[in-house]
Amino acid sequence: MPGNKFLATADVAAWLGELSKTMRVFAPRNEGQAVVYREFDAAKGLELRRKPTESAKHALFPRSEELLSFSYLRPAFGAPEKEGETPSDVSQVQVKMPVEPMPTVVFGMLGCDAGSVTTFDPIYDGSKFKDVYYLKKRQATVFIVRACAEVLSTCFCNWVGGDPANTKNADVLATELSDGWLLQPVTERGEKALTSPLLKDAPAASEGQATAIHDNARKSLGDAPNLEGIDAALFSLFADNDFWQRQSAGCLACGTCTYLCPTCHCFSITDETSARNGVRLRSWDTCMASLYTLEASGHNPRSLKAARLRNRVGHKFAYFLRNNDGQISCCGCGRCIKSCPSSVDIRQIVKDALVQAASIAPPPPPQPVAPAAASPKPAAPVKGKGRTKEKANG
Amino acid sequence: MDDELKGAIRKVLPDVDCVIGWGPGPDPLRSAPFFMRKPEEVDAFVVGPLAVNNPAVFLPEYKGKKVGIVVKGCDSRSVVQQIAEGLVKREEVVIIGFPCSGVVDIQKIAAQLGQDIEPGMVTSLSISSDKLTVNVKDTAKTMDMADVRADKCASCQYPNAVVSDEFVGTPKEGKTDDYADLAAFEEKSIDERFAFWEQEMSRCIRCYACRNACPLCVCRDHCVATSREPHWLNQADSTREKLFFQLIHATHLAGRCTGCGECSRACPVGIPVGLFKRTMTRAAARLFDYQAGTNAETVPPLQTFATEEPTIKEREW
Repeated sequence: MPGNKFLATADVAAWLGELSKTMRVFAPRNEGQAVVYREFDAAKGLELRRKPTESAKHALFPRSEELLSFSYLRPAFGAPEKEGETPSDVSQVQVKMPVEPMPTVVFGMLGCDAGSVTTFDPIYDGSKFKDVYYLKKRQATVFIVRACAEVLSTCFCNWVGGDPANTKNADVLATELSDGWLLQPVTERGEKALTSPLLKDAPAASEGQATAIHDNARKSLGDAPNLEGIDAALFSLFADNDFWQRQSAGCLACGTCTYLCPTCHCFSITDETSARNGVRLRSWDTCMASLYTLEASGHNPRSLKAARLRNRVGHKFAYFLRNNDGQISCCGCGRCIKSCPSSVDIRQIVKDALVQAASIAPPPPPQPVAPAAASPKPAAPVKGKGRTKEKANG
Repeated sequence: MDDELKGAIRKVLPDVDCVIGWGPGPDPLRSAPFFMRKPEEVDAFVVGPLAVNNPAVFLPEYKGKKVGIVVKGCDSRSVVQQIAEGLVKREEVVIIGFPCSGVVDIQKIAAQLGQDIEPGMVTSLSISSDKLTVNVKDTAKTMDMADVRADKCASCQYPNAVVSDEFVGTPKEGKTDDYADLAAFEEKSIDERFAFWEQEMSRCIRCYACRNACPLCVCRDHCVATSREPHWLNQADSTREKLFFQLIHATHLAGRCTGCGECSRACPVGIPVGLFKRTMTRAAARLFDYQAGTNAETVPPLQTFATEEPTIKEREW
């Protein structure tokens, strides 16, 4: 195909170095025992074989992001007061907005990582609410997705509509061949990113070689179970405390699954102040934590980990679907399984839920997964502290 | 031993809400915490080098109910310390012990597999007394158990349950712990050590798996790390805040940590946070001649006071 480029293995670092001159380049590298996405540094190497421990979502949704900074202009302690100004006058505050995000390339992210944008877009780029912090980064970021040649036992992207050579939300698809990378532009933006003289026109045979690698990875994923009706099953099990207590018995209620998850997108906002200066931060939040649902009254509707795990699974496989045209908000990367210190397996919970729901009730009446025709699409669910509030996620 | 342990679990089962042990995990290299309620569920019980998790972390959740627990030596120390601190009542727990030969460290297996093979590509494994063989696609790779055993096992003083109601097997001889790992680390200069921690903590994602995997970290929902009022920790993604939490965690565990190593193991990005606690454990041994998790009748040194500490001879100064 015209536009396909070839990057020799020996030139990868040089090309990323070239891109780094004008852009922020995120690429995976080894750090300790983990593989993390960091700003490219030739001296610290690259890791383009092993699967990254964390997702690349922080390119669009940083762990902790400055929304604005502020300083109170009130006079210093002991200074003579000016006319019309009192020391506690909080209206005298200077607010600064953060700098515009830099153009960014994420190189070598996995197909499942790119699929996560599918979950973020309806939330942060919804019909009613637009999150400028997200949108600016989204518009300034090029995703170069690396096709998986190998899959892990925890991979299940094919269960949820993903693919080892996923191109959805990718700008370029990169496949490692024997002596270099085939770079296939997917979008115009991707094409524009492939202009370096280090990139040669790809030989005609390379596309076929890449397809063989993709097919091999697809085959090794095995068959996906039929998840039809999973949303109805999870809704029907909402009040089945015994089911959720059994499923969550081994859960430690830490945030590993949510923070490594490419599609988890919840945040909390705090003002971090020191003397007269401060920043308003938006940081990742996790529905596995008590504070996530703790109400001002002191009541916590999800005081037990069973309710929290139910929310996590429910959000991925039921609540999000109902609000977003049947889109499952799990991309099947398997990080929550691979890195769970307690070996909790979301695949097993989903399978058990289908079995349990079928055993306790007659099959629920067929419900259209996409409620668009039946009812007006609910407003983009970003409110208050940034949590998605579905009807039944108590 | 497996069958004898299963027998002991079935014997205990009628008297308890459940027995906590290990069962099949999501892949061949991992088991998972396992909660057995019916005799037929015991069939899937797993023990041996893959019985990695410390089941004691779940005990405080079962307050008011009687539960059984299968413990390695290190796990039993957590239970003993929980009892010593009143976090678990002795009469509410039935302890099943066995002699432990050590557990695997999946990161060490990963290192043995080399750069191009990940643990997640392993399709099956077999374990003998001193070898571990994994199959990846059509090839088998055999490694010495000594090379893949968790670090804590090399200096394990208590391979048998310290306290137990049922003990299956012949007790094993313990090893000594000379804190050689800490001594080696401390050969680095202060600046080098600080640079090391800055580098390590920079990839912390603040998931608090280290805290939640700790059987003695019981504040959980009320932890200073996430408290908004008072607002102790800044939520910025900064090394300073992350390190700050680790120092809080380590000081809160001073003289309480039994060295089960779960904090390090649970860390998804492989930060050796257990080193902080080990430093405190050595200090507690030197200052107070105290080793947590070895005697449920004692009070941890920082939860009481003595007119004269056994190792601090003030009157002889």
